[in-house]
Parts: sequence; structure tokens; C-alpha cells
Amino acid sequence: MTGAQTDPSTHSSAPAAAAYGPPVESRRPHLGHALASEWTKLVSVRSTLWTLGSLVVVVVGIGMIFIAQTSSGDYANIPFTTPALFGMLVGQLAVMVLGVLTITSEHGTGLVRTTFTAAPDRHRVLTAKYLVFGLVAFLTSAGSVFVVGTAAAIAHNGAGAGSHSTGEWAGALEGSFYVTLLGLLALAVGALVRHSAGAIAVMIGVVTLPPVAGAMLSIWEASAPLGRLVLQHNAPVALMQLFGMPSGTSPSGSPQTMPADLTQMALMLLVTGAAMAASYVVVGRRDV
Amino acid sequence: MIEAVGLTKRFGAKTAVDQLSFQVRPGHVTGFLGPNGSGKSTTMRMILGLDRPTAGHVTINGHAFRELPNAQRHVGALLDAKAMHGGRRARTHLLSIAQLSGIPEKRVDEVLAVVGLQDAARQRTKGFSLGMGQRLGIATALLGDPQVLLFDEPVNGLDPEGILWVRNLMRRLAAEGRTVFVSSHLMSEMAVTADHLIVIGRGRLLADMSTQEFITHNSAGFARVRVAGTGPDGRDAFAEILRKDGARVLQEPDGALRVTGLELPRISDLAHEGGLRLWELSPHRASLEEAYMRMTRSSVEYTSTDDPRAQLWETDPLALPQWEEGPAAPEVPQTGFFAPPPPAATGGSGFLMPSEPGELAASAQNNPEASR
Repeated sequence: MTGAQTDPSTHSSAPAAAAYGPPVESRRPHLGHALASEWTKLVSVRSTLWTLGSLVVVVVGIGMIFIAQTSSGDYANIPFTTPALFGMLVGQLAVMVLGVLTITSEHGTGLVRTTFTAAPDRHRVLTAKYLVFGLVAFLTSAGSVFVVGTAAAIAHNGAGAGSHSTGEWAGALEGSFYVTLLGLLALAVGALVRHSAGAIAVMIGVVTLPPVAGAMLSIWEASAPLGRLVLQHNAPVALMQLFGMPSGTSPSGSPQTMPADLTQMALMLLVTGAAMAASYVVVGRRDV
Repeated sequence: MIEAVGLTKRFGAKTAVDQLSFQVRPGHVTGFLGPNGSGKSTTMRMILGLDRPTAGHVTINGHAFRELPNAQRHVGALLDAKAMHGGRRARTHLLSIAQLSGIPEKRVDEVLAVVGLQDAARQRTKGFSLGMGQRLGIATALLGDPQVLLFDEPVNGLDPEGILWVRNLMRRLAAEGRTVFVSSHLMSEMAVTADHLIVIGRGRLLADMSTQEFITHNSAGFARVRVAGTGPDGRDAFAEILRKDGARVLQEPDGALRVTGLELPRISDLAHEGGLRLWELSPHRASLEEAYMRMTRSSVEYTSTDDPRAQLWETDPLALPQWEEGPAAPEVPQTGFFAPPPPAATGGSGFLMPSEPGELAASAQNNPEASR
């Protein structure tokens, strides 16, 4: 009944009313706005706290146990930051999970449609995600490593530890950056796969499969060189190297450790860069 | 103003939207109707640049959506009430969307108050009901105070108060000179909300006209006649009289007659001449729902069949009136006064509990409420 009464009035008044326009002239939003939005998104869900919390707990916890079980003499040949490595080998999973969830949680809930409706320049949003997540992941892992390294340096600065240069701290920073790259790769895979479980499975495969596959390839004569190559160039091995673990398993590997540092990092940069480039192309074109 | 030209979207072999061209003008609430799977949501997603059209294009105020300088200040949309992260609080969700376009934080509290969610602002959206989700979605659409608004099924899950609120909100937004484009399945709601209708079926445009025009074009009024008495004799005799006078008569499931082609006074005169008393003689003005059903009948994608309940019930074949071989009259909601169906029509025990399941099945077949 109300509709029947209001119908004619709207019909007559509508043409008279001028088309509505926003009273304040609005400027084109920039990356800074997207960064603020992504920061709000990151800190307002509990999965961030859980993943980064477990990263800190694992790295610092395992590192402290390691420190408690060692004496100053054990640090004669290894840097003070090495105790953080063992936690980081587990903690990298948490970083990858958070990287995946940063984008797949939007796809899983349908929030991505709201986001891309509000910001149709999708690359701006994706760049903000990479920057915010990357910075947070790097600062968290580097911070945890720093805590463990400092604790080791304070607890074991006896004469037996020998001399330590600041270069080993740079190696630890590189290691943290390597883990961050793994997280960024996870984010790119998440953007491509769009499913949390699928993307996390892919990333776990990326980290755990090469050592197994390399060992299998080494069995046969023909594929042995390839197998050795895979065994030397994979995420866990690279991480150990960057954290200054002496590679005592293969005698021939020791002299190659220093140049391989850069190679490992370059390889990771290449893979992550390719995945990120693919994510930009796909996210820009795909129906969501 | 939204303008679509030759909009087409194919998913593999299936054409979801086929050569759709229409305009949505400012100052009106434009309803977007169509059966399930007819391409409404796909069309809305193409307008918002979420899907890329296979062919054709759609512009908003002359721009493709993804080329708008500041999309949120021009277009607001509610596509899916559940399109939010359940672990995030309502206010934070809105804030993160607002920040994308540099909309000040104060605006978030404003829209929360507009949709009546100020008390739920600190709740995680996981615990929201569908209606609260709709309100939050509408708040998201209103954030940028946009000139063009799209709503996909905005009243789903809302309580009657909420439905009334949405209706008034739409009308007010349109009266301010904005373009409001609303899809809905609730015909009664569209009839009182929309000034203009765009109807699609199987991805094709079926109608693009004002609501009043649509109803008059696609439906016919009729008179509902109920002859006194419980037996079919008087009814059949009167139907014969009416048919001789040039009327078209259909029988409704509860025994009333649906008469078209005769004026009400003439029907009354004929009854008087035939010595018959009438229990009901009511004019029936076509509703939007009826007009819509009539138009989209051929383009409904998912049709249901009667549940035969094979082996579960003893079947009782439904008797067709001997004078009408055509299809049974379509269901039409009864409006205004009508006499309750005579007890005989419901198997003689309409007000009693059935003593055995078979009796319930038999009466259900005659009961218009149950067969709807």
C-alpha cells in the first residue's frame, strides 16, 4: 500500500533531482592507502598472532635449549646465531602458512570480491600485501634470531669461543631474508592457487621434497649429478649455509660454501620473483 | 548511470549472459529480476569488473569500472552478505575497506550507525546472522557515499523491520538522485521498491520497462467465483453457464472458479438468473509475482517436480474436472476477503488430526496451502 502511494511522487520528483555527486572531490587512492588497509587486515585476525607467535616461540625456545646444552668451546667454529637455525627450520613453516593465508583467507571467505570492488586496481592491493607481509615476516624472524644470537653471545663469551666478527650477524640477516622470501613465495603461490590447503601443501612440498628427490636421483649413475645439484640447492640446505653451519657431511662441499651463499640467495630470488610476476599477471586478469 | 552494451559471458559451453544491453538511470530504484541461474549475479560482477565479459562492455558514468579514478567514491556494492573474514571484528572489517580509498575512520562509525550495527561493531563477524551480514554489507556499500549503488539480494535473511528499512533506504537513495540497482527474488518486495524493472531469463533480456507497465503487459486480471454449496454440481453447472456467455473458466484447486472475459456485474447477473447463490465474487488484480511467473515460465532453468514419494504412500490419483482438459490454473496468492474452503474440499475432516498417514496425503493434494 505504501508503495502505491509513494510511487507517483518519486516518479515526478526523480527527473527534477540532479544526479547525485560526492560533495568532496576525491583523489585517486595510492599505495599508502592500500598499505594502511593491509596492515589493519593483518593485525586484526588471530591467525597472524598464532603463526608469528609460534615462529618466535619455536626459534627462541629451541635456540635457548641449544644454548643451554652448549659451552663456549662449541662456538669456536660456528657463529653465535647458529642456535637460531634449528628453530628457523621449523619456524619457516609458520612464515609460509601466514604468507599463504594473507591472500587465500580473502579468497576462501569471498572478502576478495569486496576488496577488489573497493579497489579495482588490483595490483595496488597485491603490492601492499607483499610489502606489509614481507616487512612483518622479516622483522619477526630477524628479531627472534637477534634475541637468540645475543643470548648466545652473552652466555658463551668465554675464551674458548674464539673471535667473532660482525659478518656472522649479516649472515643471520640473510637467513631471515631467505625465510621472508619463502613467505613471499608462499603468498605468490596462494594468489595463484587460491586455496589455503592447496597452497600450503605446495609450499611444504617445495621445502621438504628436494632433499628426498635429490637422494633418490643420486641412486642411479645417470642422474647422480642432477641429484647432487638438487641436494646442494634447496631451502633447508641454503638456510643452514646462511646461518653458518659448517657443512661437515661432504668434504668437498666445504670450500664451495662461500660462493654458494650468493648462488643460493640468487636462486631463491629468481624463483620467488618468477612466482610473484606470475601472480601479478594472473590476479590482474582473472575473474574472482 | 550504468550502461551495458551487448554484454556476453560464457563459461565453457554455457552462456551465462547473452547479448545483454540495458541502461540503469539515476533517480530510480531499478529492480533486476530473473530466475535462479539466469545470469543476474554474473551481470553484476561484470558491472563491477570482477568478471571480464566475453564480449560487449559495461560502463558506469561513461567509464569502465576498473578505470574509475576512485571506485569506492563512485560505486558501492553489496554482492554477498558473507563476503568477510569471520575472525575480523565488524568495525575493523569496514575500516580496512575504508582505508583502501583513504576514507576517514569517522565515516566507518557513521555507516555503522546508519545500518544499526553500532552495538555489534566490536563483534567478530563469524557470529553474525545473515541479516547482520546484510547490514554490514550495505554499510560497506555506503562507505564512499557513492553515486551508483548495486545490491544483490539485499533483503535475504532480514527481519520484517529490516526489510522495511532496506526498502526505505533504497527509495531515499534514489530520491537523492543516485542510481540504485537491486536484484531480488522477493516479488512483493520489488513491487513496492522498484520503479523500473529489468528482467532476464537464461541470460537474455526479457523486459526493460516500468513496474506498472510490466504488470499490465504481462498479466490479466480475473474474477474469483465461489458457488454456494459443497458439491461440484452447482459449480460445474455455473461454469457451463459462464462459458456459454463467452467467459474462460478455470478451476482452482480449492474449488473456486477463475473467470476471465466477463465483468463482475455480469457474473452476478448470470448467477441470479441461474438461481445460484455465490459465496465469493472477488476481483483479482494481477500481482508482480504473477506477471513475473508468466513471463519467465519458459526460461526457468531449475524446475522442481512433485515428490512422488514412491513406495512411501499409497497414491491417490488427483481427479481432473471433466470439463477442463487444459493445465491446472497456476497458483495465485489470494488477496482480500475470501471464504474458507468448504470442509468437503479438504476431505471432510479438515480440522481433525488425520488418523492415518494416507489420509493426510489425500487431503494435502486438495489443500492449496500445502501444494504451494
